Amino acid sequence: MAHDTPTVTRTSAQHEYYKQNNKATMQKQVVNFAIMIFLTLVAFSLVGAGFSANLVLPIILLMAGVQVVLQLYSFMHMEEKTAHEIGVVTMFMWTGMFFAFLMILAFVTIIWWNL
Amino acid sequence: MDYNTKFTPQTWPEHAEQATLEGKNKFVGFWLFLACEIVLFASLFATYLALKNKGPAGMEFTTQELYELPLAFGMTMILLTSSLTSVYAMYHMKNYNFKGVQLWMFITVLLGASFLALEVYEFNHYVGLGFTFGSSAFASAFYTLVGTHGFHVSVGLVWITALILRNAKRGLSLYNAPKYFVASLYWHFIDVVWVFIFTVVYLMGVVG
Amino acid sequence: MSSSVKKKGFGATVWDYLTTVDHKKIAVMYLLGGTLFFVIAGLEAVLMRIQLMYPENDFVSAGTFNQLLTMHGTTMLFLAAMPLLFAFMNMIVPLQIGARDVAFPFLNSLGFWLFFLGGLFLHLSFFMGGAPDAGWTSYASLSLYSPGHGVDFYVLGLQVSGAGTLISGINFLVTIINMRAPGMTFMRMPLFTWTTFVTSALILFGFPPLTAGLILLLFDRMFSAKFFDVMYGGNTIIWEHLFWIFGHPEVYILVLPAFGLFSEIIPTFSRKRLFGYSSMVFATILIGFLGFMVWAHHMFTVGLGPTANAIFAVATMAIAVPTGMKVFNWLLTVWGGSIKVTTPMLYALGFIPSFVAGGVTGIMQATAPLDYQLHDSYFIVAHFHYVIVGGIVLGLLGSTHFYWPLFFNRMLNETLGKITFWIFFIGFHMTFFLQHFLGLMGMPRRVFTYMPDQGWDLFNFISTIGAFLMSAGVILLVLNVIITAIKGEPAGNDPWGDTRTLEWAIPQPIPFYNFRQTPLVRGLDPYWIEKQEGNKEGMVYAEPLGDIHMPNNSIVPFVMSLGLFIASFGALYSPLGVADDSRTWAIPVLVIGLVITFGSMIYRSLKDDHGYYVTVAEIEALEEELYGKKGGNK
Repeated sequence: MAHDTPTVTRTSAQHEYYKQNNKATMQKQVVNFAIMIFLTLVAFSLVGAGFSANLVLPIILLMAGVQVVLQLYSFMHMEEKTAHEIGVVTMFMWTGMFFAFLMILAFVTIIWWNL
Repeated sequence: MDYNTKFTPQTWPEHAEQATLEGKNKFVGFWLFLACEIVLFASLFATYLALKNKGPAGMEFTTQELYELPLAFGMTMILLTSSLTSVYAMYHMKNYNFKGVQLWMFITVLLGASFLALEVYEFNHYVGLGFTFGSSAFASAFYTLVGTHGFHVSVGLVWITALILRNAKRGLSLYNAPKYFVASLYWHFIDVVWVFIFTVVYLMGVVG
Repeated sequence: MSSSVKKKGFGATVWDYLTTVDHKKIAVMYLLGGTLFFVIAGLEAVLMRIQLMYPENDFVSAGTFNQLLTMHGTTMLFLAAMPLLFAFMNMIVPLQIGARDVAFPFLNSLGFWLFFLGGLFLHLSFFMGGAPDAGWTSYASLSLYSPGHGVDFYVLGLQVSGAGTLISGINFLVTIINMRAPGMTFMRMPLFTWTTFVTSALILFGFPPLTAGLILLLFDRMFSAKFFDVMYGGNTIIWEHLFWIFGHPEVYILVLPAFGLFSEIIPTFSRKRLFGYSSMVFATILIGFLGFMVWAHHMFTVGLGPTANAIFAVATMAIAVPTGMKVFNWLLTVWGGSIKVTTPMLYALGFIPSFVAGGVTGIMQATAPLDYQLHDSYFIVAHFHYVIVGGIVLGLLGSTHFYWPLFFNRMLNETLGKITFWIFFIGFHMTFFLQHFLGLMGMPRRVFTYMPDQGWDLFNFISTIGAFLMSAGVILLVLNVIITAIKGEPAGNDPWGDTRTLEWAIPQPIPFYNFRQTPLVRGLDPYWIEKQEGNKEGMVYAEPLGDIHMPNNSIVPFVMSLGLFIASFGALYSPLGVADDSRTWAIPVLVIGLVITFGSMIYRSLKDDHGYYVTVAEIEALEEELYGKKGGNK
């Protein structure tokens, strides 16, 4: 059904703005990428430095969480409110992550007999 | 708008991948597929965590002795960078710069291929040490989890290569813009999974 | 490509169905495929009941009994109930929301062929050295050491057909999210569409754990992995968890669409709008969500510890609340209605008490301490058959009568239908009601025979007679279908007279593009609203008549599925497998199959497939042919 979006021509001023806007978004993405690399570096050096597990584990898991949110919301554009049905998509993604969390929790607690 | 509409940078829609109904369907459908992949990988992660370091009596392999951080670090850097390069490809798609799309997608493929080569090297190395697929429950769980991720990478490589080749003569259109877009979504997702693999498998493995 | 009314040769018809992407034709194929497997699984049940008719019977051997038992469960759930529900979903959901087709017609066809070839592969086991015999749950501690190829057939067959189910699930989700007609907001969607939506979401999250579990079992059995091998640090409980994380949602995957079907039938024949529509929607979503929190109630006796058992027991009992909401809403819909007792309505009225009985015994088992007594006894068998036959099968039979005119433009015979209902209904209660008591008296499930004079003889005998009655009911339904096919008159539009939703507003026979113009939905029960306002057309339109974009037919889905079907034989005879009769051709065949599948995926990717347009002139010509001069609704 090809007649649902009309073709719109941007005026040259609009197009200039459009290009600048894309560029600004891209710059933001590069900053986010730098953050990800930084978090990865920190994670690896924490482990390499041999701190105690009780300190390192929560920090690296948290940093993995932050990286994933950055990937999803920045690189994969889940933040774009105008994207098609992004609300439903967001709900499904977080539901999936919730079930994933539940399953992993069960597998690290009740698989082996240790009561 | 139609599949056959000819575009200039000034008429190219901002969300070309969602300009047609088919594009919208692909967009939502692919996201849902990724939601389902989350649960698939969660099952494998959960199995790995349950079987970590479990083996026959006298098994000599533990995560601490087996894993090598420098290799995992290198692989992580390569895959993270490939995620950024596919963002560049999407940036050029927004600006209707087809050559840019192809170039950055090609770089993504190169990075993905080198990641895969490192993984093959790693597996080969472990097998050489005697840590084979059937040697322990731990080994089976490790190879299945990391191997499933590697399989996803190779599917992605074939897919993106096919996209680059098929569209070389066609140029950008509303028909193939969603194809590029979901391929890049897939690639980012592979990266998301890898973030957890390097944290949960390698880093947590070395910490113990 | 355009008009499909002309008589076609046999070969052309077969080709048409092999390549079709039309949701209505795929629905018919699901109906046929599902019925085939339903009959096979039903026969297996009858054979088992004959064996259990008398104590120490030797009608079938113990080994054969195990195979019958496994195949009955597996087939009924994966290959009969689900495809039959998919048949209704495929037929009705796009029409109910005012769509031309599903979101991904190509994937719809792929989903069907994967299901069918996966099921066929599983059933070939009967002729290739024995069927799976480790129960439908295929617990790893048992299935890992099952000799022969039975369990391999189970793993591969379910993997292939499971992939098909997953694809269909995503397809329905996107269809419902993206393809609704203007005005069809989420809170105006008919309840069957809602339950399809939630069911598809459950498939989306429920099937990956099964896929993962089957992969682990496949690797263990065929490629010497050690996931479940205790000697090598493995743990068989992992299989149980993965299986039930899928298996419990699976129950809701099956029963929610049945709820949806009854929620269409009951308001129609009570001639009242559904009582508590929004609470029905809420209850559906809540059941779906809670369905993922309760899987371990199948594993109370495994020894997860009192904390885990308590948590899962409470979560399980919580599901009774939304389910109860639904039951009361149905009762209050009937209450004060102008009731017409047709065959579908009979099934609906029979369903409510039967399903409640199954639900109540479910709550009994949710009580973990009591479950230690009930576990693995015939009480469990009685419970889940009350839920599945009393809920899903009654739903399927009732909607077969209800929706037959939509599928085939013919009415099934009402008198025969009512007789069918009573025979089946009485047979059903006769078979399973007494099994509660057999369980309480201590009869274990899954046994192939029992000793006389333990007080079980009479009840088992009666139970078997009930199974014969149920079979008689199904045979009557088949007769009814045959009679209708031979003698039936075109049913035309709205044959029940009181239907409420958009699927009945469409003219019969339904043209392949469904709606000539996309309808405009002005409220809940759109067709009822238009009828109340005296609109002869049955719907108002959201757009002028224009060219219609349709997808191309394709043989690729069939070839893709065939590739996996062939590859399965290769994996089955893997040289690393548990069964020691590997073949030299195993690996080449595996590779060839995968090459066919991935090759056709690449072919699909390389080729442009833009679909085609049906022009206004073609639409008008076709409608003149179908409905006479006027065009539009009769």
